[in-house]
Amino acid sequence: MALRFDHKPDLVIYLTAGDPSLDATRAIALAAIDAGAAVIELGVPFSDPLADGPVIQRASERALAHGTRLKDVLALAKEIRAARPAAGLIIFSYLNPILRHGLTRFADDAAAAGVDGVLATDLIVEEAGEYLAELARVGLAPIFLAAPTSPDDRLEAIASHSKGFVYAISRVGITGKQQSLTTDAAALVARIRRWTQLPVAVGFGISNANHVAQVAEFADAAVVGSAIVELIERSTPEEAPGAVARFIKGLRLPEAALAR
Amino acid sequence: MASVILPATPSESRPGRFGVYGGRYVPETLVAALVELEHEYEVAKADAAFQAELAALLHDYAGRPTPLYFAKRLTEALGGAKIYLKREDLLHTGAHKINNALGQGLLAKRMGKKRIIAETGAGQHGVATATVCALLGLECVVYMGDVDMARQELNVLRMRLLGAEVRGVSSGSKTLKDAISEAMRDWVTNVRTTYYLLGSALGAHPYPTMVRDFQRVISKEMKEQLQEKEGRLPTAVVACVGGGSNAIGAFYEFIPDRQVRLIGVEAGGRGTALGEHAARFRSGVPGVLQGTYSYVLQDEDGQIALTHSVSAGLDYASIGPEHAALHDSGRAEYVAQDDAAALEAVVKLARTEGILPALESAHAVAEALRIATTYSPRDILVVNLSGRGDKDMGILAQELKL
Repeated sequence: MALRFDHKPDLVIYLTAGDPSLDATRAIALAAIDAGAAVIELGVPFSDPLADGPVIQRASERALAHGTRLKDVLALAKEIRAARPAAGLIIFSYLNPILRHGLTRFADDAAAAGVDGVLATDLIVEEAGEYLAELARVGLAPIFLAAPTSPDDRLEAIASHSKGFVYAISRVGITGKQQSLTTDAAALVARIRRWTQLPVAVGFGISNANHVAQVAEFADAAVVGSAIVELIERSTPEEAPGAVARFIKGLRLPEAALAR
Repeated sequence: MASVILPATPSESRPGRFGVYGGRYVPETLVAALVELEHEYEVAKADAAFQAELAALLHDYAGRPTPLYFAKRLTEALGGAKIYLKREDLLHTGAHKINNALGQGLLAKRMGKKRIIAETGAGQHGVATATVCALLGLECVVYMGDVDMARQELNVLRMRLLGAEVRGVSSGSKTLKDAISEAMRDWVTNVRTTYYLLGSALGAHPYPTMVRDFQRVISKEMKEQLQEKEGRLPTAVVACVGGGSNAIGAFYEFIPDRQVRLIGVEAGGRGTALGEHAARFRSGVPGVLQGTYSYVLQDEDGQIALTHSVSAGLDYASIGPEHAALHDSGRAEYVAQDDAAALEAVVKLARTEGILPALESAHAVAEALRIATTYSPRDILVVNLSGRGDKDMGILAQELKL
């Protein structure tokens, strides 16, 4: 039960909770952990996901269409924690569902579920005073996004208020797959490291073993989201855990790195 | 070096706050652009040359000042307060939206941005933005929900004629909210080259403040013109509220004049259940949508509710944060008028005064019709006629069986 990255490159796997069902998300998460994911990000579906590309938008719509709620995601987190005590587990959400749940109640419930940390997509450090206090009260790690457009004073604040790891956005833009990593990512990680000893995970657009191998050269972990969510979209609920496990193993094949 | 950013500061004391409302709730990628915009706007605001260029365009190009018209026949027909109409509908492009589009367009040009994006609901902001981009030689992309493109088709055609690219948005409710999300996705992706010309007093700081500043000319003129005509302040100012830009523009200069009632009119839609209206102060709960903390129509799990209004421009689940603060302090009152009342108000104003209001503005007219008789002829109501109704002829033909 910790946010630890022991096997560079470690993998952080994003799943939209409730897509295609809560049961399926649990099975997929367990399979992903067993295949080597260091951290699972459980995404809370939101009606207006303005930082997400089409793949995660569609997944959110599907999850909401069959009534996935924040309290269901927290219950799912508790089940995953019980089944895999050593895995890293964070809640990834837009702010409004958390506010509606109540910041204090959310912190209590997330801690009770055994979650390690929380990332709120549309909450920046300047606005996070009460949120930081509530997460600190229950010992949850606040994880903030750092962007290529963030100047150094912001990176310093982001680094100093993050716990567990810092999430570096590989490029400007919304979530989604891309052909190649931009040079933005390495430069951003180097700038972040000036301010913190925390591990740095790089996300947005990472979809194959080449990307993961590239990230391994300068960061501690790679976050894979849309590529996994799209794979789940293409699979039946029964096939999805196996397909995701194979995909994750493929992301860490050393041959891919050597062949590059 | 100590951290220069102090997140423990109570949120009320941060810039861009109206009481507890407002703020900046966006993905990290956009923060630097918002900080730059805030700074560039402050510099431009204090620059006499910028203000002179804007004033000249507002006068010569947009047609300011707009008339404050005494609606004599409507007043006589109702037999209560004297009703004045602030004729923003007579502006170039047909609505108050041009005030803000010119201001931000000049700012974008000053900042060296060549590509402009905007969202639009009724299409009035999209048309105003497309117009300003044509005038200033800027590339223009407008996001508009598919539902709104169908019901405001004339404005879609106008934008295209003006050289703008109109991108339909098919996600969510396919209305203004979804157009804003898509515009924000574009901005996150192209933030280094693109200026987001937001059309209402919504979104992350500095937009609510900046848009209000560009719209406050409405109440400034109202005050001067009424002083000239009547030698006094109005009893009440009435304006429709979608995001809230025309209303905050119509209210702002009167906020210190506590004897002036400020009445915002939301869309009552076709029913009182969640999803049937856009009356945020009836059943909304404070929350965060699209960059700002304000009242939001949402379900018990924090998912944003669908909304309905016959007017695309009022059909939005949240409301500008300054209105939320004015609501909570009691300085402004907010009521709702439904689709049927707005349609009746269109007919009434058309047939007594020969003026066709936009369906949005008709909500304010409907409220004026309702309260006029509760006042005496010594009282004065000023209705902000924020836009004209030509764009609505398709809906009006259908709804009124013309």
